[in-house]
Amino acid sequence: MKSLLQKLTETFSPSGYESAIRDVIRAEVEPLADEISVDALGNLVARKGKGGKKIMIAAHMDEIGLVATHIDANGFVRFTGIGGVYPQMLMGGRVRFANGVPGVMYTEPLDKPTDTPAIEKMFIDVGATSNKNHPIKIGDVAAFERPFLDLGDRVVAKSMDDRIGCYVAIETLRALKKTPHEVYFVFTTQEEVGTRGAGTAAYGLDPEIGIALDVTGWGDTPGRKNFEMYLGKGPAVKIKDGGMLADPRVVDWMIRTAEKAKLPYQREVLLGGTTDARAMQVARTGIPAGCISIPCRYVHSPSEMVDYNDVQNAVKLLTAMLGAPVEL
Amino acid sequence: MTELMPFLKSLLSVPGLSGYETPAMRLIEDAWKPLVNEMRLSRLGSLEALKKGTAAEPRPSILVATHMDAIGMMVTSIKDGFLFMTMVGGVDARVLPGTPVTVHAGASGEDLPGVVVQPPARLLPASIGEGPVPLDQLMVDVGLLMKDVAAKVRVGDLVSYATEPQEFAGDIIVGHSLDNRASVAALTVALNELQGKTHAWDVWAVATAQEEVTLGGAITSAFGIHPDLAVAVDVTFAKGPGANDWQTHGLGKGASIGFGPNIHPYLFKQFKELAEKLEIPHEVDVMPRMSGTDAYGMQIAAEGIPTIVISIPLRYMHTPVEMVAVKDIQRAGRLLAEFITRLEPDFINKITWDE
Amino acid sequence: MAETTPKIGNSQIKLLEKLCNAIGVSGDEGEVRKIVLEEVKPHADDVKVDALGNVLVTRSGSSKDRVRVMLDAHMDEVGFMIVGDDGDGIFRFELVGGLDVRQLVGKPVVVGKNKVPGVIGARPIHLTTTEERQRKIPLDQLKIDVGPGAAGKVKVGDRATFGSTFKRVGPSIMSKAIDDRIGVATLIELLKFAPPNVDLCLSFAVQEEIGLRGAKVAAHYFNPDMAIALDSTPANDLPTHDGEENIFYNTKLGAGPAIYTFDAGTLNDPRLIRFLAQVGDEARIPYQFRQPGGGGTDAGSIHRSRAGIPTVSVSVPHRYTHTAYSLSRLDDWKHTLALLHTALTKITPALLAEERR
Repeated sequence: MKSLLQKLTETFSPSGYESAIRDVIRAEVEPLADEISVDALGNLVARKGKGGKKIMIAAHMDEIGLVATHIDANGFVRFTGIGGVYPQMLMGGRVRFANGVPGVMYTEPLDKPTDTPAIEKMFIDVGATSNKNHPIKIGDVAAFERPFLDLGDRVVAKSMDDRIGCYVAIETLRALKKTPHEVYFVFTTQEEVGTRGAGTAAYGLDPEIGIALDVTGWGDTPGRKNFEMYLGKGPAVKIKDGGMLADPRVVDWMIRTAEKAKLPYQREVLLGGTTDARAMQVARTGIPAGCISIPCRYVHSPSEMVDYNDVQNAVKLLTAMLGAPVEL
Repeated sequence: MTELMPFLKSLLSVPGLSGYETPAMRLIEDAWKPLVNEMRLSRLGSLEALKKGTAAEPRPSILVATHMDAIGMMVTSIKDGFLFMTMVGGVDARVLPGTPVTVHAGASGEDLPGVVVQPPARLLPASIGEGPVPLDQLMVDVGLLMKDVAAKVRVGDLVSYATEPQEFAGDIIVGHSLDNRASVAALTVALNELQGKTHAWDVWAVATAQEEVTLGGAITSAFGIHPDLAVAVDVTFAKGPGANDWQTHGLGKGASIGFGPNIHPYLFKQFKELAEKLEIPHEVDVMPRMSGTDAYGMQIAAEGIPTIVISIPLRYMHTPVEMVAVKDIQRAGRLLAEFITRLEPDFINKITWDE
Repeated sequence: MAETTPKIGNSQIKLLEKLCNAIGVSGDEGEVRKIVLEEVKPHADDVKVDALGNVLVTRSGSSKDRVRVMLDAHMDEVGFMIVGDDGDGIFRFELVGGLDVRQLVGKPVVVGKNKVPGVIGARPIHLTTTEERQRKIPLDQLKIDVGPGAAGKVKVGDRATFGSTFKRVGPSIMSKAIDDRIGVATLIELLKFAPPNVDLCLSFAVQEEIGLRGAKVAAHYFNPDMAIALDSTPANDLPTHDGEENIFYNTKLGAGPAIYTFDAGTLNDPRLIRFLAQVGDEARIPYQFRQPGGGGTDAGSIHRSRAGIPTVSVSVPHRYTHTAYSLSRLDDWKHTLALLHTALTKITPALLAEERR
């Protein structure tokens, strides 16, 4: 099923402009879900089961991207980032705008060649020579252009954050023949700019439990310290991140299920960043929330890497959790 | 009737870190049980206790929020029997070296005594020099053999301050987690005072969860209870060594009444006038921007709630040796109770904007 | 014959002047609120002041299939709060909202509900060292001085703001607090000419400058089908120091209302962005796209309230944001009013029938 993952990760959909990926995911989940809807912020909601405990699964569809801020007299596109975009990841890279126009990124000369460029000094060259009849206008958005790469156990793509979560949600929906719960698989929008879609979706659905599916960082490449997280040692059960403390009851539920099903898992205490789980936790009267994370190297670069075994184990874990009754 | 000092000391002797408030919650539940009509836990773990009023239904209600969670640390990795940590809430790493802590070991279920240690300079990055050692370089030593530590402690286990509460001369209490267990005690004083008195309004006493991280407990309880008025009781900075500017208030000089954008000016006026009338010592705590309390979240719950902040001056905030004057706790409790008993059924209609 | 479209004339400019000269620092918007209440009451079906002090106005349309449209403008402005009394009429103060302390030195201010005049002074140049003059004067060295005679008229907790007053200068206006009294004035005109196809929900919001707080509860209260946040945004259309092309102008004065696509708080609804641009093109009303980037408006909290609300922001540009004198062009204001009024008349349920894309 790596072909589905390839399709998901190669689809263009920066935050706020998720319609392309929504169409791809909708086509996948339509035959699997009992009911499909799209809400005001563009979240795609696929329900499975009816009448049991209301559980919201959130995987965000959006990816980081760029947006044009100015077309200068010589046709160069100035831009800023959508979400956590790091300039050192951009130099020489390629992007594609929503209207299909490709471009390459570079920077004004740096004081020292070893400096990190500031995003304000960078530009996208789309091959234009003036701002007359330019194919791009202020406000047009772009995303990384980078093909999917299959390294065997390890797979690499742009937007693995968080199409891998979407993939886990889709495959769980496929594997989940029956559930005693009323499960809402929500493919959320605008996570990268502040978990916005998940917050409003949680308000609208008012679930009893919330589980986010997202990537986490890694500790297993040269020089990385104080973060115990390895590719291939199993999906991670989030205990804490930069924005929240996962509900201990949800943590217990995940670990209990993993141990019973003899699935590998890792305990995650992430120092920075957060996920849709935080937005769910504080919605309405509060929602016990946690997150199943996929360890991912080089997050927010155009080459995000995960271990496919972790992904499959995440699907097994979530399927086992949703397939049986639960009392927190 | 709950005895203030033993109750407060018991609260200062349990962890109850943000997200893991149960140990504190149990003590509060026991203390409040005889003082209220109903109790329940919110979905995020806030303890919501209702003391019913006498007005006709639909009865107006006031929510008094005191957060019960405490700051602390969490284990991020284990190396050669030493534990590395991250913070839960805001901890200044400079207070940690040499601090006694309790490691709540998840694999064995034991509470392990330990101490935060600062590695010798030669083992640290040269750039640190004589400067403060950052949290990611500090470790906890629990005195056990490497293999025992590995068997007992897991990533994600909590580490809490282990300093014992102490009474000082002049009615002073010292200990960790006085932020904000001092306010929980003040609310308990208020509930005590309300026994045998009539009050028209329903009173929701809420010990909120996760204030130090997201204000999540207060945000969600205010949404769920949907009160007509909300009060956040929290601690504020007491004057003391290194703390003497406009944000500080005299230790033992009374409760502070908040003033600023998170506070409804009419409520401020009512509380101030009441404190003056009853000769309850108090100061005004100006908060030009966000109040840094549960009020910040409660004020904008749903379509908005008139909110106020009452605070208790505290020295050395977020260190293991926080200090509070017990009489300030009693004054805050009494002020709350007196305000509540005076709430007339139609008070909400009298709230105006003074203009 | 009665007017059917709103215009900016002398009476509208007079109202804007009154609004700009009022003190309404975040959390203390009373003086502005009073003006707004007077202006909206004759034209509204319902007026409410909520728990935070927002003025919430409803006016229902009359046609079938109406759309519930929230329009928001914030009443508050950046300013100061008095936090300490040093005696002799000298007071310490804190900033409320995003102010640059370099803009404060040597400025007249007004303090409190009684508008006590004061100044923020500076040490005489004779007493400063060369080295000292290389550094900016930090906030804790700045004081508000109302003179010894007025010492008793100011108290800790009072709000203060710039003492500058509204001016007309050729095609422009200069004033403090154009951000966002110009939005407030525009909303009042739109209310008077509310078209029948919409139920108008007007939020004159508090506390925008300290976290978009008023608009959050206003949006929850109204629960509209869609929302437009009307604000005022910087125009940094000045020459650059090196003569290179200015690529960070944000907006340009004279180029019409600024439609937002992306800012720190909001990814504006693409359906509403396209709609406003189409209205402008068809009615030949000039408009511009604000440069995507930081900053934000009340849209940031409105679109995230409840289960999500399709929202877009439109701003009248102004130069010199959050200073004693901002500067705007009357033509930009006129075109903003025209664009919004025309847009309101063209809103139908079909606009939001398709999903966001």
